[in-house]
Amino acid sequence: MASNEATTSVLERGLEQELAGLDLLELADQSKESRGRRIWSATWPKLAAIALGIGIWQVVVLSGWKPQAALASPKEAWDDLWRYAIDGTLGTAVRITMRRAATGFALAVVIGTVVGSLVARVRILRAAFGSLITGVQTMPSIAWFPLAILLFQLSEEAILFVVVLGAAPAIANGLIAGTDNIPPILLRAGRVLGARGLSAYRYVIMPASLPSFVAGLKQGWAFAWRSLMAGELLVTVRGQASIGFLLQQNRAVNNSSGLIASMIVILVIGILVDSLFFGTMERAIRRRWGLLEPGR
Amino acid sequence: MSDHPAAGTRVGDAPSISVPSAPPGPLPAVALRGVSKVYGGGRTAVAAVDRIDLDVAPGEFVCIIGASGCGKSTLLNLMAGLDRPSAGRIDVEGRTALMFQDAALFPWLTVAANIELALKLRKIARAERQPRVRSLLKTVHLDAFADKRPHELSGGMRQRVALARAFAQDADVLLMDEPFGALDAMTRDILHDELEGLWRDRNLTIVFVTHNVREAARLSDRIVVLSSRPGRVIATFDVGIDRPRRIDSPEVSELAAQVTDRLREEVRRHGQQ
Repeated sequence: MASNEATTSVLERGLEQELAGLDLLELADQSKESRGRRIWSATWPKLAAIALGIGIWQVVVLSGWKPQAALASPKEAWDDLWRYAIDGTLGTAVRITMRRAATGFALAVVIGTVVGSLVARVRILRAAFGSLITGVQTMPSIAWFPLAILLFQLSEEAILFVVVLGAAPAIANGLIAGTDNIPPILLRAGRVLGARGLSAYRYVIMPASLPSFVAGLKQGWAFAWRSLMAGELLVTVRGQASIGFLLQQNRAVNNSSGLIASMIVILVIGILVDSLFFGTMERAIRRRWGLLEPGR
Repeated sequence: MSDHPAAGTRVGDAPSISVPSAPPGPLPAVALRGVSKVYGGGRTAVAAVDRIDLDVAPGEFVCIIGASGCGKSTLLNLMAGLDRPSAGRIDVEGRTALMFQDAALFPWLTVAANIELALKLRKIARAERQPRVRSLLKTVHLDAFADKRPHELSGGMRQRVALARAFAQDADVLLMDEPFGALDAMTRDILHDELEGLWRDRNLTIVFVTHNVREAARLSDRIVVLSSRPGRVIATFDVGIDRPRRIDSPEVSELAAQVTDRLREEVRRHGQQ
């Protein structure tokens, strides 16, 4: 009987304390690295890689493997890049190219999202178009250009057409994969809470497929950027001195340093958009969901 | 027990199941009459549960227990209205909420937002939602964790959030599908106390599915034992042990042993076939 009385008093007095104690013990180990340290540890390997790349380039130039006119040195390329920046060539080119990229990508997001959500949820559409979307995605964007030029001549529309075709399938596929991979238990929990039809879509299916959707956006951007560069090389629109045009023009006059400078711009924009924009978005989502290892 | 006058199935009373005339007192909270569920069709048809009769009184805590393949989860899905019975009828008084072994919280929402979503889906006005979320979190002693994400919590804490979310549905009948099955013994013990307290304070009706015999004896007013393949009610035990109980008390252990014997008999029967 003594043990029974003890039980009673523990129950009355201690339950709250026990719960609090258990909760704290479970959560004790959550130390965090400082922000500055984290940024530095993410940055220095990248800086080292860039330094290494430039170093190798310099060594190849010094070896005399190719004449200076064909392969400029890092210094010469840097000088040209600087010149472009000062005289406004770079600003204009980046503005024109990025305007095209933004328009094309935005259109691809709209089309990819609509097509993706329809194909993901409607069985007959899935059977009809599911593999076709993947097929279009694997098709090199450059293969679309002859048709695009026939349809739209050498125009902005021709470029836009190919950029959208390059990016939209990846975005649609990201959304489809996202809805396919929702844990059934979450759908069930949603149904128990009364989320049916549209509200199931809004409160469960859409947020649950977000990580995969963002991965699709990221991939879509890579495709859009590639298609755009191909397009700017093939399709020159009068008065539009884009980055691709800069590239083409430098090749025409055998200006190796200007050519490489333009390529660096293309590379840097691609990396910046990918890692700063999509990378940050992706990491934020993964952190919220608890999909990141601690310390990353 | 005394504050549950409707639970008129104590030792010595006539069992409430298989009584053709309506039992005296209020309507049962859950009433199953000849409920069967068959999956598939033709020669591959499998009966998950077969002609089940069961009454759960308002405020009663019933545990359903059985070996593998007894259709425990099927039965809860039927009661929750997630699935339709192939035969028979199910009457539930009031709203139900269903909890799973997995807390099934939405990982993109904070703890508070998870609970709020349940209120939002019931079309409760925005101004009313915040105070209710706070008070629900307080009932499960998690008010300090409102802004955490599910992945930042332990399994036991997530289950408590799920409990608060179920309460947010204002359910009269709480259906629980092995909710503590994945937790360690210490956490489970403490959550038993917590659940018992909430059941008493909120005057809930609970149908609790488990394969843990001691857990059933620790928590319930009545234990319903199901056979396997297909699930049929083969025994009910009225638990007359005074509350509060301990899972390691002699009374709980003794009852658990009786239930275990009955379950093993059922398993042996399958071995002979």
